[in-house]
Amino acid sequence: MQPIITMRGVDKWYGQFHVLKGINLDVQPKERIVICGPSGSGKSTLIRCINRLEEHQKGQIVVDGVELTNDLKHIEQIRREVGMVFQHFNLFPHMTVLENLALAPIWVRKMPKAEAEERAMFYLKRVRIAEQAKKYPGQLSGGQQQRVAIARSLCMNPKIMLFDEPTSALDPEMIKEVLDVMIELAKEGMTMLCVTHEMGFAKSVANRVIFMDQGQIVEQNEPHEFFNNPQSDRTKLFLSQILGH
Amino acid sequence: MAVSDTATESAAIGPPPATTGFLGWMRKNLFSNVWNTLLTIVCAYLIIRIVPPLVSWLFLDATWGEAAPQQCRAAEGACWAFVTEKHRVILFGRYPFLEHWRPLLGICVLLTVVLTSCFRRCWRPWIALVWIGGLGAFFVLMFGGDVPIGLRAAAAAAAGAFLIATLRSSGSTRSLLFGATALFALLALAAGPIFRVIDGVLNAAFGTGPLLAGATGIWFEIPTGLGFVSTSLWGGLPLTLLLSILGIVVAFPLAILLALGRRSKMPLIRMFCVGYIEVIRGVPLISLLFVGSFLLPLFLPRGVEISDLLRAQVAIIGFSAAYLAEVIRGGLQAIPRGQFEAADALGLSYWQKMAKIVLPQAITIVIPPIVNTFIGLFKDTSLVSIVSLTDLLLATKDIALADVDWRAFYAEGYAFIALIYFVFCFFMSKYSQYLERQFETGRQKRR
Ligand SMILES: Nc1ncnc2c1ncn2[C@@H]1O[C@H](COP(=O)(O)OP(=O)(O)OP(=O)(O)O)[C@@H](O)[C@H]1O
Ligand SMILES: [Mg+2]
Repeated sequence: MQPIITMRGVDKWYGQFHVLKGINLDVQPKERIVICGPSGSGKSTLIRCINRLEEHQKGQIVVDGVELTNDLKHIEQIRREVGMVFQHFNLFPHMTVLENLALAPIWVRKMPKAEAEERAMFYLKRVRIAEQAKKYPGQLSGGQQQRVAIARSLCMNPKIMLFDEPTSALDPEMIKEVLDVMIELAKEGMTMLCVTHEMGFAKSVANRVIFMDQGQIVEQNEPHEFFNNPQSDRTKLFLSQILGH
Repeated sequence: MAVSDTATESAAIGPPPATTGFLGWMRKNLFSNVWNTLLTIVCAYLIIRIVPPLVSWLFLDATWGEAAPQQCRAAEGACWAFVTEKHRVILFGRYPFLEHWRPLLGICVLLTVVLTSCFRRCWRPWIALVWIGGLGAFFVLMFGGDVPIGLRAAAAAAAGAFLIATLRSSGSTRSLLFGATALFALLALAAGPIFRVIDGVLNAAFGTGPLLAGATGIWFEIPTGLGFVSTSLWGGLPLTLLLSILGIVVAFPLAILLALGRRSKMPLIRMFCVGYIEVIRGVPLISLLFVGSFLLPLFLPRGVEISDLLRAQVAIIGFSAAYLAEVIRGGLQAIPRGQFEAADALGLSYWQKMAKIVLPQAITIVIPPIVNTFIGLFKDTSLVSIVSLTDLLLATKDIALADVDWRAFYAEGYAFIALIYFVFCFFMSKYSQYLERQFETGRQKRR
């Protein structure tokens, strides 16, 4: 099968600092990838390169058949097909939940308002907060806000979803409600790249776990092998630290 | 044991000093310690010395209604008869006396348009039509004479048609149509001066004569039946209001563009915006007005004539835009990076991101300093008297007080226009608070 994301020898620097070093990665459609690694290893930078929130300086990134270059047309085309969920939700505080969801379909997909709102309500029901549609983000709990953020991305009917630590700003009792939504999404066959430290989620949902350290992909494997039979010492150290408590 | 102990203790302490009632309030707020007591006494003394004489000057001993200057001089208090006698020249300056109903009606139209735009419910594209209609009516009333209506009417009709199309469209066609609407509206309002400038330049270069003006002469003109009054005779309140309202309405969008340009990734645009803002902020408004009225004509080709009013208006717009741009940039700075990233990730274009996500939040944050700038602009319009435009201040000073009989009553004259300025500034200040409340409701503060 044709991979939906291809990264070939991708390098990125922040000034003198080499964040990504020769990243090679192929993602097949419907694949569910979990990316983990120590803080500062470049996980966020990696997935933010996929929708050009960060610019890579060397190598090639092709998403859904479109190469990422400085061409604004290509960038906007890719962003329409790639949804992203952030650690801090980044909902638009001056709009109601419904307006947050309908915004991009109306302005980017040029959908009539009524249809966009219908779709928004559909996804709000799916993340189980339809009754909050008329509220402002500031009036919702963290877990609710993150589910709204997921629904907002889904409203664009993306082919790929990127998650950057979607649960790490949440209180423990809210993590489950967000993970449940993500698990459902995975079951429906969404292509997902997820930076997370929720190893339970990785074990049950992912079909590949990627371990990054110092800007490199150190190891990747299917979850059972990855957790039970890690190859490199760095992976072992990381796993012992993270599973230790 | 313990119980009886506390009971006797609290009985021994007695009740705390009264904190309620008038006496309690006085003790708490006015006489809480030596300093406060001293301050209270000094203030009370000053109030007793100042307020009663002021009240009797302003009201009790004042001469009200119609009276001769001699009566006023005989009386102790203020001579409001001066205002009764001269209010029309103060309010309308040198505008022909018998035609004063025209600026009066003009003011009413302008203020109606402004008040309508104040309500959040009216912030829809159709408000542009209200502005075109209102300003058009204002200028027709003020100018009178033959209105070259053909071209303007065509442009206004096109603007209206585009506006309706805008309302029924969506997405990027919408912004295109809206741009066309604005362009035609501008043409409808400013066709005369624009064509005169182009004509002048062409004439200087190729000796073509009044080309566009001639061409537009083909269009029919509608006689209003009102005598023509040139801008050199406009004055008083309509002038002050026109300068400040147009100043605000035009400077605001310019300021947004300048603020965005200053943060642009494109070096040329950024350099231009930084240069403009820094240069304009670096000089006083007065010098801009001087440049506009004395230097600019030297550089313009012969035959190009721009009225003093237009030059002052442009100077005020350009000046306020630079200040406002910095205020708005402050608001942009306060928007967290995550908002930009979320908008980008959804695939919004730069202008969609700015118009829908960033600017609404940024401007809400800086409402108080924006209104502050507006109030400053409103009062700064009085500087145009320097280039001999008869605004409220100059109308009072040079026309009302030029009458030898009434020359002594300048205090009353200035008090009167101070009151007018105060009413408008107070309204703006209250409106700013209303806006803040509007945006506060229904949503909590961002964390
Ligand atoms: N805008 C920036 N400018 C300079 N350095 C940056 C910038 N953004 C990130 N970095 C650096 O790049 C490195 C990788 O950052 P990145 O955010 O990708 O790490 P991460 O793996 O997501 O870490 P975490 O688990 O803490 O989120 C870090 O050392 C960080 O300090
Ligand atoms: Mg990160």
